[in-house]
Amino acid sequence: MNAPRWEHFPHQGDVGVRGLGASMEEAFCGAALALTATIADLDTVAPKERVEVKCSAPDKELLLVEWLNALVFEMATRQMLFSHFAVSIEDEHLVGEAWGEPVDRSKHDPAVEVKGATLSELHVERRPEGLWIAQCIVDV
Amino acid sequence: MDISRLTRISAYAWRIDPHGEMRVPSIIYANEDLIQAMDEKVYEQVRNVATLPGIVEASFAMPDAHWGYGFPIGGVAAFDPAQGGVISAGGVGFDISCGVRTLHTGLRREQIEAVKSSLADRLYHQIPAGVGSRGAIHLNDREMNAMLAGGARWAVERGYGRPEDLARIEEQGCMPGAVPDEVSAKAKKRQQDEMGTLGSGNHYLEVQHVVEVYDPETAAAFGLYGGDMVVTIHCGSRGLGHQIGTEFLKDMAIAAPRYGITLPDRELACAPIHSPLGETYLGAMRAGINCALANRQILTHLTRQVFAEILPEANLTLLYDVSHNTCKVEEHVIDGQRKRLFVHRKGATRAYGPGHPDLPEALREVGQPVLIGGSMGTSSHILVGTKETEALAFSSACHGAGRSMSRHEAKRRWYGREVVDRLAKRGILIRSASYRGVAEEAPDAYKDVDAVVDAAHESGLARKVARLEPLICIKG
Repeated sequence: MNAPRWEHFPHQGDVGVRGLGASMEEAFCGAALALTATIADLDTVAPKERVEVKCSAPDKELLLVEWLNALVFEMATRQMLFSHFAVSIEDEHLVGEAWGEPVDRSKHDPAVEVKGATLSELHVERRPEGLWIAQCIVDV
Repeated sequence: MDISRLTRISAYAWRIDPHGEMRVPSIIYANEDLIQAMDEKVYEQVRNVATLPGIVEASFAMPDAHWGYGFPIGGVAAFDPAQGGVISAGGVGFDISCGVRTLHTGLRREQIEAVKSSLADRLYHQIPAGVGSRGAIHLNDREMNAMLAGGARWAVERGYGRPEDLARIEEQGCMPGAVPDEVSAKAKKRQQDEMGTLGSGNHYLEVQHVVEVYDPETAAAFGLYGGDMVVTIHCGSRGLGHQIGTEFLKDMAIAAPRYGITLPDRELACAPIHSPLGETYLGAMRAGINCALANRQILTHLTRQVFAEILPEANLTLLYDVSHNTCKVEEHVIDGQRKRLFVHRKGATRAYGPGHPDLPEALREVGQPVLIGGSMGTSSHILVGTKETEALAFSSACHGAGRSMSRHEAKRRWYGREVVDRLAKRGILIRSASYRGVAEEAPDAYKDVDAVVDAAHESGLARKVARLEPLICIKG
């Protein structure tokens, strides 16, 4: 897998997260990186511990929301931040891995919690030139 | 927002006439400047809400309306179950019952100034705030369910507060109809260690002083006088409410076609009120409201402990507690008939006028306090519900200023340390775990709260009573 790319896109109150990649899986990983970058600087988060995540949804858009929300849940209950991801998708099912470490407020300077991934500006699509994008607004 | 598409119906009210799939008009309460500053998405969203089944009268936007998801933030809409009305998880939002409470302290400014720095430090130490903070209370399954059924009443019974607090909270501190069993194990797990935590983002605890009184008679009825010191707490239902919102948004988006509902935007995910999914959500959402009420009650208790230690002469009494993101069953008059409606307020405050039977006796004659939050360095306001507001927007008013700038842009413009230093020069002490968070929440990233409040006042949604400014702010 190539290194997934990510970016934020503007929203007046919240934050848009967008992943880009050669495959849908890569784009999902990119969106997850953008999710973490909403909270803290990615470079500060060491990928020390691995957490497995499984989810499913009836279409690829809702699957992205489920994936990001599964990560929000793991971050909240394990008190962790993640900086490296792997995803495999078959039909409606996703199996993902997230590597990260426990939140350290002095090291990570986490700015804001993500309450949940929303269905706003939700798109998962392959552009004509072949690039996949996966994006939505996250509520902070 | 392009104002040319709106019909002006008064100086502070604008209508989108029904067109396309709209069942009712949309009405925006604001002045020309505020409307022009609103995102185009507000137009789209307030119009989309007007297409939902069973909506009555109109879809409303408050003066602080901004781009939300599905509903605009600052959106109000009521649905009639007898006409196939719906309940919308998107119309309530993720932070269920996020809200504000204000407490009198019985202190004057000079008493606070003498100990300001140590008071700020102790509050910051005692109130868990920001990402990665945990509360001292761990709830087992039995206590979790008791909390979800009992709200602030549960908290007071466990020693977190005073019985007299309850009269000053909407629903007397306990939302009826909560069904803890409808809240998922995941939502409960997220909440296990989050009771009595402030959260992050725009959540805060502020020590404020009353700098201006617009309506001395109402202010006196609220027990407020110029120079008084108060404490305001802004937070919500934490991880439990977020998880309920997450789960039901998806379930409702998937189920909508099954119920014959065409959604112009999937974020408007909803289900008929009288449907298994609608009723399940109502039970869970009401439990989420109780979680928020209990959380603000515990934070009140922690605040009282700090004041007792540093300023033992203080007596923190609750002025009022209001919720923002809710759906509540209320009676309103439609075409001369009193009807039982499900009123969604997404980033809006209930604003009952004088004489409403649900108000505590001490406030019934004057009306409900409407608490409008500021943003660290800016004013907060206390207003009062009016007689007219029921006919204007189902007894609703705005809830704050709303952001005018993205977090990304705010972070690009300011450094957190700089913001803290600048506010310190104005006598405002900020305590926060994250400088980045402070930069993202910089006061100038928000709309002019004074203009929003003026619009609420002029439009008759609520009447101005007093203006507050912060001296200490604990940022989530």
